[in-house]
Amino acid sequence: MTAINLTEHFPVDPDHLKRLHARLERAAQSGDLLDIAYRTVDSAVGPLLLAATPLGLLRVAFANEGHDSVLQNLSARISPRILEAPTRLDPVARQLEEFFTGRRHSFEVALDWSLSQGFRRTVLEHLNTDIGYGTTTSYAALAGLSGSPKAVRAVGTACATNPIPIVVPCHRVIRSDGTVGAYRGGPAAKRVLLDLERH
Amino acid sequence: MARHGVTVLRVVRAVVGHADADDAWSETFLAALKAYPRLPADANVEAWLVTIAHRKALDITRTASRRAVPIADPPDSPARERADTHDLDLDAAVGALPPKQRQAVAYHYLAGLPYSEIALILDSSVVAARRAAADGIATLRRTYPMTSQGNANDRN
Repeated sequence: MTAINLTEHFPVDPDHLKRLHARLERAAQSGDLLDIAYRTVDSAVGPLLLAATPLGLLRVAFANEGHDSVLQNLSARISPRILEAPTRLDPVARQLEEFFTGRRHSFEVALDWSLSQGFRRTVLEHLNTDIGYGTTTSYAALAGLSGSPKAVRAVGTACATNPIPIVVPCHRVIRSDGTVGAYRGGPAAKRVLLDLERH
Repeated sequence: MARHGVTVLRVVRAVVGHADADDAWSETFLAALKAYPRLPADANVEAWLVTIAHRKALDITRTASRRAVPIADPPDSPARERADTHDLDLDAAVGALPPKQRQAVAYHYLAGLPYSEIALILDSSVVAARRAAADGIATLRRTYPMTSQGNANDRN
């Protein structure tokens, strides 16, 4: 008996599936079943995965982190009720686009800090409020701002594990010797962001 | 979960037909979202979704059989202007299969589930599930001649 590929006889129109997803997104949202909405956007630092809870933006992930594994991790840590549902991410997607075209210098989106605890969260919150567009700081200075001047390594870890990069601007933290240092999205992405803000 | 959307849509189209497929799809994923937190981490998500789709399809079929006299779509009805061009001959051929055969064919040939999983869904033995799929495919080969050399492209 020859092999049968029956799926070829059941073509699915991507636009039709998109409409079904949109309908599901609305139904899930009104039924309180959508804990995490996600979408991807293109950017100057490659495709970005954006994920948000009803509280706010939860995660921004670079392609090198593996978007599938990031989603799996969110499913395990926060909630498995995850759906590709672009509407909730529309404001941040728009603001990111403005940011990457130089028209936006700060983000106005609610943040969900659930993925950051303790000192790491303190560091990231200071980073978010104290280090403005176009400026940089050092790991040591940020440690001081966070109230623990000696915790330079811990600040490095906090930045390296920032769950909301770009929006929470860990790319503005560079090494005391002026080199860009490590970055979740890779040093090249960090360079792109720093150059962007210099213009 | 959403990446199984295409598979589930194919499955419900085969099992309940195009007209009810969208509702079956939506109800499947809403039910899945409700139940998802109770799903064991190592579960086969696709098999689980097909199981839910199977139950939703049964509900829809039951409701449909209670509805008024079925009439064929008039030639210019909106149902014929769906976004997807689909082969009405294939729909008719699949729809004419006995339910168990139609389900077994869909779950194996469209969802790619092993017969051990299909047996659980159909509440039958593995042998019976395999037989139902084989009989269904044999009938389809007769009623809807898919090309014999496994090259189905010229049909699309």
